[in-house]
Amino acid sequence: MKFIEEGRGELLGWMHPDEARAWMAEHKSRGLDDKRMTMAEAVHRFTRDGDYFAMGGFGHIRFSMVAIHEMIRRGRTGMAIAGKTAVHDVDILIAGGVVDRVDCAYAFGHELRGLSPTGRRAVESGRVKVVGELSNAGFQWRFKAAAMGLPWLPARVMLGTDTLSYSSSKVVEDPWTGLPLTLLPACYPDVAFIHVHRCDMYGNCQIDGTTIEDSDLARAAKRLIVTTERIVDEGEIRAHPDRTAIPHFLVDAVVEAQYGSHPGNMPGLYYSDEDHMAEWLYMTRSDDGVQKYLDKYVYGVTEFSEYIELVGGAEKMSHLEKLERLEVPFEAPWARRG
Amino acid sequence: MEYNATELMACVASRVLEDKKSVFVGTGLPLVASMLAQKLHAPELLLIFEAGGIGPKLPMIPISVGDSRTFHRAVMAASMDYVMGMAQAGLVDYGFLGAAQIDVYGNLNTTVIGAHDKPKVRLPGSGGANDVGSLCSRTIILMRHDKLRFVNKLDFLTTPGYLTGPGARERAGLPRGTGPYRVITQLAVLGFDDESKAMKLLSVHPGVSTEDVVNNTSFKLVVPDKVGVTQAPSPEELKLLREEIDPAGIVIGG
Repeated sequence: MKFIEEGRGELLGWMHPDEARAWMAEHKSRGLDDKRMTMAEAVHRFTRDGDYFAMGGFGHIRFSMVAIHEMIRRGRTGMAIAGKTAVHDVDILIAGGVVDRVDCAYAFGHELRGLSPTGRRAVESGRVKVVGELSNAGFQWRFKAAAMGLPWLPARVMLGTDTLSYSSSKVVEDPWTGLPLTLLPACYPDVAFIHVHRCDMYGNCQIDGTTIEDSDLARAAKRLIVTTERIVDEGEIRAHPDRTAIPHFLVDAVVEAQYGSHPGNMPGLYYSDEDHMAEWLYMTRSDDGVQKYLDKYVYGVTEFSEYIELVGGAEKMSHLEKLERLEVPFEAPWARRG
Repeated sequence: MEYNATELMACVASRVLEDKKSVFVGTGLPLVASMLAQKLHAPELLLIFEAGGIGPKLPMIPISVGDSRTFHRAVMAASMDYVMGMAQAGLVDYGFLGAAQIDVYGNLNTTVIGAHDKPKVRLPGSGGANDVGSLCSRTIILMRHDKLRFVNKLDFLTTPGYLTGPGARERAGLPRGTGPYRVITQLAVLGFDDESKAMKLLSVHPGVSTEDVVNNTSFKLVVPDKVGVTQAPSPEELKLLREEIDPAGIVIGG
């Protein structure tokens, strides 16, 4: 196979497929173990300073805010994140001092809401390093390579661009067509957090709506912490096995956290809290504001349920549920504040 | 009827889209344009979102390309693997892109202004843009037109246009017959010269001169002898935009 180009990005999360097999064989229990625990216990047992980790969902969608809060409170530091449409997740993790390296497909922005003041300040000042660039499909298929136990997957993306030059991928001549082809290195994050709609105590999970990258990410992650809106009886999962997105043998911890994705959108349950997002974007214009936000909403509480109370409790959650069901009109306060 | 530049860009973009074709959409203006096309001439335009939503009946403008609106009454709530695979397999006709910088061949920068390792402004990065620009048959670029954005040399080439010119995409290994199709700005509609693949002025918006466009572009545009004037938004288009698609003015408001 003729070698054409090699990206200069730092290769994070890659393992020799035989080492990966050995890890999965040894660490992933096939048995039905009760994996319920608190968020604090899950973060204590399954995350380490310096880990390379990924967040399920999609930036503001079905991400595990409950896990993020706990990582910040615990003072996790020196971690690298898979910036796979990392939006509010990476923003607050940078603010909280957890993340200092980003493997970046998309970060430092808030989609329609604009750029992220915190993320931008951190990168522009050099406090946080972007160690590699790639595309969203590139990340998705890096997880897929890992899920399949392969060292890489080929794809026709990033070719001819600086995105490739700054990635950890390689370009080779395809032996079948003679065309240049990108080889995306497998990505096995040390730990992943995935927030789901429901799962049983063993970790058999159902997700409503798009699964985004999570089916492959769950298979790629060396350790997987599932947070869930609710824990259900095993029978409820087994009644609809076609709905299982993540099976128990991939899961290391199950943490129940209703509204665990706030201020994000949990499809079918609650819409994103744009008042809170506007408050975040407004406060984080300065480092002082970042500290005030964290003191109030993260360090000032011990449990996620206390945070939910702080952001408006049952009344607010009911509003977000109605918004999700299209029963009340949508407003975008960040559009007004500019 | 009075209209603003964003409304005009939405109308122009919507007219490019064809019925019974598929389009990879982001939030914001691309979505507004696609929704308008569906309400006028392209009711069966298939919307595809990178997080996996396929063919939704959008009740409102989604805030994120992954939010629950992107698969509201959709034909399928799939995964990123599924929709990116669709694009790679040739099932996605159009794709929308935006950028902080564009060059003469339609290459785009959404990664960084300044040096990569010492950025002046850090932008979000590729996201799905490189995938859309690599894999969709035709891409439509929506962006603001000025000399700082229409540059001779990109600070970073995030997403491929025609790279270095004719044949360059194919030599790089990108799918045959793909590439940028239209660039729609607040001043003009542009395309790409068939032979040189350089950006070419197609029409200027009402009240804008060819000179205005040239003066706001750092590189040398292909300017034909006769340049038409973009058709202004119709009252029907404006009514749909303001009353049905974006009544809160989230996208078209300013």
